[in-house]
Amino acid sequence: MTTDTVAVGAPAADLPLPPKTRRNWRKARRQLAALGWGVVSIGLFAAIWEALWSFEKVNPLLLPPPHLFLQDIPGTLKFFDRSNRVGSVASGGGVGALGITMFWTTFRVFTGLALGFVSGVAVGAALHYVRWLRNLLMPTVLLLAPISPVAWLPVAIFVFGIGDVPAIFLVFITVFFTIVLSTGAQIESVPVNYIHVARIMGATQTQLFWRVILPSILPSLFMTLRLNLFGAWMVVLIAETVGVGTGLGQIISMARATFNAKLVFFTMAVIGALGFLSDWGLRQIQRRMLWWVAPNRGGV
Amino acid sequence: MPRPAVSIRNVGKTWDVEGRPPLRAIDDLSFDVAPGEFVVLLGPSGCGKSSLLYMIAGLEGVSNGVIEDDGLAISGPSPERGLIFQEASLFPWLTILDNVAFGLAIRAELPERRREKAREILRRVGLGDVLDKKPDELSGGMRQRAAFARALVMQPRVLMMDEPFAALDVQTRAKLQDFLLQIWQDSGASVLLVTHSIDEAISLADRVIVFTARPGRVKQIVPIDLPRPRPTRSPRYHEYRDYFTVLLAAEVDKAFAEQSGL
Ligand SMILES: Nc1ncnc2c1ncn2[C@@H]1O[C@H](COP(=O)(O)OP(=O)(O)O)[C@@H](O)[C@H]1O
Ligand SMILES: [Mg+2]
Repeated sequence: MTTDTVAVGAPAADLPLPPKTRRNWRKARRQLAALGWGVVSIGLFAAIWEALWSFEKVNPLLLPPPHLFLQDIPGTLKFFDRSNRVGSVASGGGVGALGITMFWTTFRVFTGLALGFVSGVAVGAALHYVRWLRNLLMPTVLLLAPISPVAWLPVAIFVFGIGDVPAIFLVFITVFFTIVLSTGAQIESVPVNYIHVARIMGATQTQLFWRVILPSILPSLFMTLRLNLFGAWMVVLIAETVGVGTGLGQIISMARATFNAKLVFFTMAVIGALGFLSDWGLRQIQRRMLWWVAPNRGGV
Repeated sequence: MPRPAVSIRNVGKTWDVEGRPPLRAIDDLSFDVAPGEFVVLLGPSGCGKSSLLYMIAGLEGVSNGVIEDDGLAISGPSPERGLIFQEASLFPWLTILDNVAFGLAIRAELPERRREKAREILRRVGLGDVLDKKPDELSGGMRQRAAFARALVMQPRVLMMDEPFAALDVQTRAKLQDFLLQIWQDSGASVLLVTHSIDEAISLADRVIVFTARPGRVKQIVPIDLPRPRPTRSPRYHEYRDYFTVLLAAEVDKAFAEQSGL
């Protein structure tokens, strides 16, 4: 019996697949497994919640289980608003309105991240190369860096008023100082031989920066950006709750005020999905633009 | 007699780093390198061999004396004086081909032309099949060959190497040494190679310059009077070997005594 199985099984296992096909197959299987575990993990979480509800351990008005807050989607969606105008009354928006709300919040996150990243690298490099600028600004940077972005919210509203800008500004603050400080540290740690090679080849200071320094520091700076992505999602919601008057944060805030638990959990689910998708998006950008580093590694 | 390719006259180097006492690495060093000559620098570690290469490359200034390149005092780095390190130091964000074409790109040569030149030289070093690979997909020996190609494509008159084989395994090292001799003979460049391996010195050099312990000075200049390929089993080879061993042992003892503060 046993020998039979082996005799049948062995040749199949040795089938000489071309290496490329085999690699693709293995990759597909790995991705499938990851997806499977994702479904199991979330499913288990939901199942426990549903079980607690069905044994009446949780109050559905306070903690409505997934089937309840996902059930009445049209009802929930009427709280979303199509316009990105402050204080406009929700006009029974539907799916389009949900999409628009999601778009604006995501837009604020990514605009803030992009501005913070680019200007963080620029300021960090300037501070590293220009000594008097460093002497002049570094103490202030070190003083401001540890202040939580949330603490900037009143300032942002005083200066920019209610609207998109304070939310974008808060996201900006979340990454800006971190990127400024780590840009300097990363430039310090560029392998000195890279610089020697470029100088021997006759590179000017500008060529050295764009062709050697920048590509060597970008991977770890981008990793820093990715690590701050969830922080950015947190502050954008706070900013929207208080200082914008639109977006997912505002919905949550309204849901809290009107005691609408279904709406709270529905919006939380949307935020979770967006956070996950935006990390995936950043990973794709990293894979395209920083193709020489493995996706999960920040090092050089 | 032709003008020397590199002429080192009474060169001294003091490293003066903030927060540390000044360190005299090289003291009153003089020797010449003839065009097309293969010179090996041999000495205990810390005697300033790397410092000397950096000064010839123009990456560091001299503290005393002067270094002339083909009769002109060196004022800065130049692709005419290539430098190869112990690690290949290829840029991980460029393919092998673009790494080799890097210097040509800096010189603003046309993309097609520089690709062609880089491809040609990579074929010559036996890397014609891996042009589009990333550096970290290659073995250590292949990476070092790509580093050779990157220096060679600039057609240097002087090729300096700082322990280029030290990080490689024995078989790869032997192959690359043969390979180096071949490209040296083809290119006609002068080679200045730093090593602490006596065997490497004897099998490669026209002349071996033995350094004293720090501060580095010329202890002795030894021409290697053996036909190539070097007969490693011959009695003459072993005479050289014993000779260098004795010469170095004294200096290594001195360097060690200083390091341990005796
Ligand atoms: N960039 C540098 N800054 C300060 N000191 C240095 C530097 N490079 C080398 N030295 C010092 O100079 C001495 C000689 O070093 P090096 O030239 O690397 O010797 P070798 O290559 O013969 O081992 C050492 O004591 C080393 O610490
Ligand atoms: Mg050295």
